[in-house]
Amino acid sequence: MDYKITLPFTEEETLKIKGGDVLYLNGTLYSARDAAHKRMYDAINEYTEKTGKKPSEITSAELFENGITPIDLKGAVLYYLGPTPAKPGQVIGSAGPTTSSRMDKYTPLLLDLGLSGMVGKGRRSDDVKAAIKRNKAIYMGATGGAGALLSKCIKSSTVIAYDDLGTEAIRKMEVENFPVTVLIDSEGGAFRV
Amino acid sequence: MRIIKTAEITQAVKKMCIDANLYLADDMKNALYTACDSEENTLGRKILGQLKENLEIAGNESIPICQDTGMAVVFVRLGQDVHIEGGSFNEAINEGVRQGYTEGYLRKSVVNDPVIRKNTGDNTPAIIHVEIVDGEGLEITLAPKGFGSENMSRVFMLKPADGIDGIKNAVLTAVKDAGPNACPPVVVGVGIGGDFEKSALLAKKALTNNLNSVHSYFDDVQGDTVSKDVLPDNAYLAKLQKDLYTEINNLDIGPGGMGGKFTCLGINIEVYPTHIAGLPLAVNMCCHVNRHVKVTL
Repeated sequence: MDYKITLPFTEEETLKIKGGDVLYLNGTLYSARDAAHKRMYDAINEYTEKTGKKPSEITSAELFENGITPIDLKGAVLYYLGPTPAKPGQVIGSAGPTTSSRMDKYTPLLLDLGLSGMVGKGRRSDDVKAAIKRNKAIYMGATGGAGALLSKCIKSSTVIAYDDLGTEAIRKMEVENFPVTVLIDSEGGAFRV
Repeated sequence: MRIIKTAEITQAVKKMCIDANLYLADDMKNALYTACDSEENTLGRKILGQLKENLEIAGNESIPICQDTGMAVVFVRLGQDVHIEGGSFNEAINEGVRQGYTEGYLRKSVVNDPVIRKNTGDNTPAIIHVEIVDGEGLEITLAPKGFGSENMSRVFMLKPADGIDGIKNAVLTAVKDAGPNACPPVVVGVGIGGDFEKSALLAKKALTNNLNSVHSYFDDVQGDTVSKDVLPDNAYLAKLQKDLYTEINNLDIGPGGMGGKFTCLGINIEVYPTHIAGLPLAVNMCCHVNRHVKVTL
């Protein structure tokens, strides 16, 4: 099935969407890949250790308010992306997905904090699948290699964190009819991954 | 003796960086378009349609085909009668990469150390392989390599007894393990022989050859410098190449991993003599954006 989605996902949508469905996303995506994930993961773990709280006692709002994470993870959708630089007059350069499995180490923690979706490409680990299922999140695939085409769906892009990481900075992007295939749905149902 | 100035090298490399990332070589483009017309799987066909449209947008609007504009891999065939003037040869190449990746709005994807991982900011250093050949020529091939596919590459130190079947199993294993992660349809560079690192270099070199070609060390050796009974009869290579192409495309991984008969667009093979105890086999995976540009100065 095809669905036009305005992010963030509603609870009804997360339950109805199934592996293999095609979604056209509208709304906010945050770009984050290897280096940004490591920074957030290390910062969250350091905070957990410092406060002596159990990970399950920490909220995404608390992390955001204390500047531990640059975004409030709850309800957010990440896009595993490192774009080419925008030319003058362009919103963003070439902007296709990077391989998701490199972020597998960091993902269950983010999902447990309320991350509601990820856009990338390729397989995920069993730990990630389990975390998607227990948190009712959605993992989506964008077409690998279609960077020029996908860039057309990104209507605005602003670096909001980790500017020193260059292409790996966290960008807040507004997308319009950004096409993805659901690869793992909220029940952990996998489609070709 | 012929003098070549470093400025000319820098200029050539700069242009190659940009061209390679905006336009695919004809054989790659044709293979993608043919697959687009012939794929029978609905989803696979849809993905190929997107990739074709992507190529057109990239060329028309000067947007890189893929956002992973790669680490610059450079093969140089340097004539032994050439003298380089004007500065360091390696620096000339790196400066070309620096300028190409900056002025071409290409991505800076290189970190200074595998553990420290600070972005070098200009996509240098390049990886440079130099081969000294006869004559006064300077031939440079730039093959920007993206790491989605590079990460799926493998070296297998097979046993001589493993033979052709062992080679086939290893290549198929590499492709199956890669699955959707290498952005299929893939191009598979296969290096057979040499030693551990030579086999990998052969596999990378293979990717820069014409699509679906096979090449071996003795192809370039003058007949009269080598005894006839040493020259291998490598008719088996054409069959191996064809068999691999068929067997990989029977895996039904398909475009984008969505299923279909085009899991790969081509298999390129490079072969080199090897040790009596070894059969090194390297598989350099590449996606369908197999970028390589060659210039002869």
